[in-house]
Amino acid sequence: MKVALFVPCYVDQFYPKAAIATLELLEKLGVEVHYPKNQTCCGQPMANSGYEHLTTGCNNLFIDNFSGYDYIVCPSGSCTLHIKEHLHSPQSEDKATEIRKRVYELTEFLVDILHVEHLEASFPHKVGLHQSCHGLRGLHIAQMSELVAPAFSKPAKLLDMVQGLQLVQLGRQDDCCGFGGTFCVAEEAVSSKMGKDRVDDHIEHGAEYITSADLSCLMHMEGILRRQNSNVKVIHVAEILNHSIQ
Amino acid sequence: MSSAVTKDHAELAEIFNRDEPRVDWHDETLWWVRAKRDIAAQKLPEWELLRETASQIKNNVLSNLSEYLTQFEANAIKNGIIVHWAADAAEHNQIIHKLLSDRGIDRMVKSKSMLTEECHLNEYLIERGVDVIDSDLGERIVQLAGEPPSHIVLPCIHKKKEEIGDIFHEHLGSAKGESDPKILTETARQHLREVFLTRRSALTGVNFAVAETGEFVICTNEGNADMGAHLAEIHIASMGIEKIIPERKHLGVFLRLLTRSATGQPITTYSSHFSKPQAGKEIHIVIVDNGRSIQLGRKDFRNSLKCIRCGACMNTCPVYRKSGGHSYHTAVAGPIGSILAPNLDMKKYADLPFASTLCGSCSNVCPVKIDIHDQLYKWRQVIVQEGYSPKAKTLAMKGMAFTLSSPGLYRAAGKMGRFTFKYAPFAVNNGMNPWYKHREMPKAPEESFGEWYKKREGEKR
Repeated sequence: MKVALFVPCYVDQFYPKAAIATLELLEKLGVEVHYPKNQTCCGQPMANSGYEHLTTGCNNLFIDNFSGYDYIVCPSGSCTLHIKEHLHSPQSEDKATEIRKRVYELTEFLVDILHVEHLEASFPHKVGLHQSCHGLRGLHIAQMSELVAPAFSKPAKLLDMVQGLQLVQLGRQDDCCGFGGTFCVAEEAVSSKMGKDRVDDHIEHGAEYITSADLSCLMHMEGILRRQNSNVKVIHVAEILNHSIQ
Repeated sequence: MSSAVTKDHAELAEIFNRDEPRVDWHDETLWWVRAKRDIAAQKLPEWELLRETASQIKNNVLSNLSEYLTQFEANAIKNGIIVHWAADAAEHNQIIHKLLSDRGIDRMVKSKSMLTEECHLNEYLIERGVDVIDSDLGERIVQLAGEPPSHIVLPCIHKKKEEIGDIFHEHLGSAKGESDPKILTETARQHLREVFLTRRSALTGVNFAVAETGEFVICTNEGNADMGAHLAEIHIASMGIEKIIPERKHLGVFLRLLTRSATGQPITTYSSHFSKPQAGKEIHIVIVDNGRSIQLGRKDFRNSLKCIRCGACMNTCPVYRKSGGHSYHTAVAGPIGSILAPNLDMKKYADLPFASTLCGSCSNVCPVKIDIHDQLYKWRQVIVQEGYSPKAKTLAMKGMAFTLSSPGLYRAAGKMGRFTFKYAPFAVNNGMNPWYKHREMPKAPEESFGEWYKKREGEKR
């Protein structure tokens, strides 16, 4: 199985620990992971701002870096969804199509492809699971509260395998954190209010850590927690799943 | 009102957010409605099938709209209803004014119709000496307050009961400081009763127009549409061209979905069918396009016309809940309004498709499965391509795209970026950076993942 690790640009620059945890976790699960070194960004910041027409360079670079792998695994639901929905290239549409089919968010790769049923991990803390919108409603890594359909959650399934970890129930199980890419600065007032309310829900229900399959949401909530001098911390789900694994 | 607004959604939302307890109250009120919707939906195991069926019926309607409209017109005429066609808001308003002035009528009672809000009918008639009284309680409240509705189903959801008490005290003579909803409702009831009994003309909206029978259906909880229409000599119904459903049996799908989605009720208190005028009275229908056929021609946006105006997308939208309906400066607020409004005026409403995190909740509560958040994304592309995006943003995006297209430039810029965060926080942590207003910047790590990985590769060798 030839697996490539896709590390989103802001994870690469600001949260290398989450990417390291993803790599180590996959390797400990016996996967041979390749990291294409010339990768940069999926192009989502431009596309979501209305500038999808400027993403040709990013798209072609992504195709150059990630063609020929069986799977492409990414520790971010949002970037994964962007590639799945928007990676196109007039010159090499065949390759783009292959990549769109082969890109996986980390928790869905662990559950659906590796069929992980057991993890040697320990994280004795109360944890709030933030359901990031793009992973939830875009990739469907968990069931959303809007639909009348059976409940499931791939991240929660994995977190349940972690010793000592206690998931806290939230008041609103899948309300958005308000990050939204450039929305976080363009609509600063609403964005930060949404972030505050989301963080409060976790704190009120006793979370020591807020985790998610998406670091962009965690980055947003971390900014708010640190402004409040809160003891509550954010941590990417890969870091928990990789915690104390033997 | 809305035509005078020059502030965009972000600015209006910022003003709304200056009173945080009020934002919390607004957010919780609407979330409560969303929660009621969830409970009602969960009671029907066939809910998702109903949504899919409704969506397919509406898709069929949109693909055969002209046939269904002419079928409806023919059947309505057979029933004795007089049908008018209006290409735009101006023509709609003119037709209605003429119907009234020809009969020497200068007072009208009107039940809920978002179309008349879209056409600014009230202002038009009032300027021409016609007194219009909104009979829906929420609409009457905002009318007395001199404001547009902030929500298509719950027009005065932004008002607290104490504020309504003040408005009623000023306009309807209720006791000063009275805020008991029961007493205030009774005050409105007495006031409106007089209106119902004395108005010779009544205007209503249309929820569903049945092509097969030429009848139309109006859904209200207050019975105010019925009161107005039954007592008046002339009943005028305003409907958008998209309100058609092919057959009466399809109401079995839509009536089950509409109010469950809107408020969590199984059905509206009144679902009234109007098919022919009473002896000696008239029913007129004004069928309005006002940009809808243009939207129908936009491949990516046509299915926004499936909307049945339940407001579920507003109640679930975290941006709507935390910015209030008036921040959208358009008749139909919230996610659905943000995909409808740019069709009417792309420049004026260029901000609305950006008033969203693209969280996707709207598309998944929508009872007719409109892909609202995907359309928001697509409107963003159109707005930028048509040149309605700020120049500074375009320049920044070009710079960003250029950097991210080159691994070398990206690595260099990453180093610079992290350098800035770590060693020169004053450069970013100031009032010019909107992020920093309520949030700390991410801590810059010693090295990027790429740098760490390179080292590890070196060590392995």
